[in-house]
Amino acid sequence: MPFLSLKFNLQKRVKLAQGLWMLYWLAVIVGIILFSLGIFFKIELRKRSEIMDNNESHLVPNLLILVGMLSCGLNAFGGKLCHDSLDPQKFSKMKPMLRPYMLLCCGFNVLLLLLVLLSFLMQFAVYLTLAEGLKNAIRFYKDTDTPGRCFMKRTLDMTQIEFRCCGNNNFRDWFEVQWISNRYLDMSNDVVKDRVLSNVEGKYLMDSVPFSCCNPGSPRPCIQHHLTNNSAHYDYDHRTEELNIWNRGCRQAVFSYYSGIMNSIGALLIFTIVLEVRLRPHCRSQSVTCVLKGTELETWRLRVKILRVFQTIVENTKTAQITNVFYCNH
Amino acid sequence: MALLKMKFSQQRRVRLAQGLWLLSWLAVMCGAFIFCLGVYLKIELLRRDEVMEDTDIHAVPNLLMLVGLASIGANWVASRVCQDSLDASRFPRWKVLLLGWYAVAVLLCCLLLAVVVLSYALQGRLEESLKVGLRNGIRFYKDTDVPGRCFQKETIDRLQMEFRCCGNNNFKDWFEIQWVSNRYLDFTSQEVKDRIRSNVDGRYLLDGVPFSCCNPASPRPCLQNQLTDSRAHYNYEYQSEELNLYSRGCRQALTDYYMGLMNSTGPGVLSVILIQLSVLLSMRYLQTAVDGAMALESPEGESEGYILEKDVKATYAEVKAKALDLLKFAQVDPASEVAGAEEGEKAAEASAKAATTAA
Repeated sequence: MPFLSLKFNLQKRVKLAQGLWMLYWLAVIVGIILFSLGIFFKIELRKRSEIMDNNESHLVPNLLILVGMLSCGLNAFGGKLCHDSLDPQKFSKMKPMLRPYMLLCCGFNVLLLLLVLLSFLMQFAVYLTLAEGLKNAIRFYKDTDTPGRCFMKRTLDMTQIEFRCCGNNNFRDWFEVQWISNRYLDMSNDVVKDRVLSNVEGKYLMDSVPFSCCNPGSPRPCIQHHLTNNSAHYDYDHRTEELNIWNRGCRQAVFSYYSGIMNSIGALLIFTIVLEVRLRPHCRSQSVTCVLKGTELETWRLRVKILRVFQTIVENTKTAQITNVFYCNH
Repeated sequence: MALLKMKFSQQRRVRLAQGLWLLSWLAVMCGAFIFCLGVYLKIELLRRDEVMEDTDIHAVPNLLMLVGLASIGANWVASRVCQDSLDASRFPRWKVLLLGWYAVAVLLCCLLLAVVVLSYALQGRLEESLKVGLRNGIRFYKDTDVPGRCFQKETIDRLQMEFRCCGNNNFKDWFEIQWVSNRYLDFTSQEVKDRIRSNVDGRYLLDGVPFSCCNPASPRPCLQNQLTDSRAHYNYEYQSEELNLYSRGCRQALTDYYMGLMNSTGPGVLSVILIQLSVLLSMRYLQTAVDGAMALESPEGESEGYILEKDVKATYAEVKAKALDLLKFAQVDPASEVAGAEEGEKAAEASAKAATTAA
């Protein structure tokens, strides 16, 4: 019977509209998450910009912030569009905006794809920047009296402690630079003079590392100096000693941290793309209203009632509409 | 004279019910917040369990968790009462429960106040507990081969690095104990033998500290050994050197941290107390107003709401009288006992007389 079959269609559309409304709000929340992730990533890059030579690229976090804001705006508007599509009067007002909105959404999806690619490819740039930056940081470790570099020592020490790493590739990087400033070297001492004269550039090189390379998990108090000299310490063999100082290089440690962040950004973006692509065709079909001549319809106003008690005070409004004709667009 | 009487029309009663419903759900959220606060504080205390000797301070988070859960329950009940308050058939069944509810709500407010007071009062106990715990930690620093103490070194090192502190009171605590294990000392060396013989207990004491005391903000690479000897290092003056090591003691650092945590929760707890009190007062007004309305001929009319039916003195006297009545019910009444004894005697005499006349 035509009346019953219509009711079934309408109820199904109502359920679909409710589901879509929820999905749109989910998409808005995902947009907010993307925005906050972009801000978090930007802050993390700024925190460690000193060991990256202040040279790091902020392209990915900036784009992510933009994408987050766009996603919120577009999906909120799309949700409103879907919600109003059930009401024929409101829908006719919205109809002219539908086409440009769809075009914007397509452009947005392309931007998302581009950002996914960038978040995986820019990891190479981060790696190279880190390598260069750490090399310079180790060189300028001793320059605590040079303006512009006076905090390099503290930054590098805190990085080594936090990321549990030592040096650029490994701890031997510290053997190749002079990391003790001349201010603290007694130039009249014979030992110091020998060391300085023993290499071409007149640098005071030693087989020692700073205290921040020490591993607290070692069973013995940290051995920092004369690392390659077994006879300098009791019961010590530098070839078999593993726990004394950190084995990992800081380039590897910091890179794996940033690579983790960028991979999770990429994964979240892929999820967003899938969500966006699923949402579009459903909304398109929702904008269809069916033909019926001269029958009574019941339309339910959709209001999501979070507070159930207000239902007893505020009633559900049932409006019976008698309409003559609706048009079906395909 | 009723205390703080107010008139409530039907409209106002409805508004009061709605407002109280929202307020009680807000109070449920506050209860959840208090519970989470308790859990967070407990976790922070448990993380540093190894350097604390006793667990007296755990009373604060335990109480917070208990009060949080109880508050969630009580305020959920309040919201159910609100929902039924405007329905004359369903409201009376809550009457008895409400008396108990008031007692629970007052108890919760008192407990929250007690938490605030405790968090200040237990500061001394916390410091004592940390003093003993850290002293042991420093003493067992070298025992990385003794089961049960093998992580003491790592714990103390990480603690000193994270809280930027050194030793118990200051870095000199490290000079008084042997923190280098005998396994790593070369007993054939003259220097080692001299140091061991130089003190009564035969311990290897040095004027050096572990690497975790080093301050990364120092402009010069860290000096750990021979700290009291100004000639051992170039351009080093022991008395005036400030940035080389952390100057704060770990006991002070940890106490400041925990006191800071508890102080920052103070305003939150006080505002929860205020919210709970306002729920309590509004519930009383709602109860009395609805009761008054149900007693009227036209339930839609105006009724009165109050906190107490009579003023404070009269209510106190009434409660006292009721309490005494309850006590008296347990005792046997002395006047009626005497009267009963007389009657018994009279009955005995009468029967004796009857017996003699019969005989």
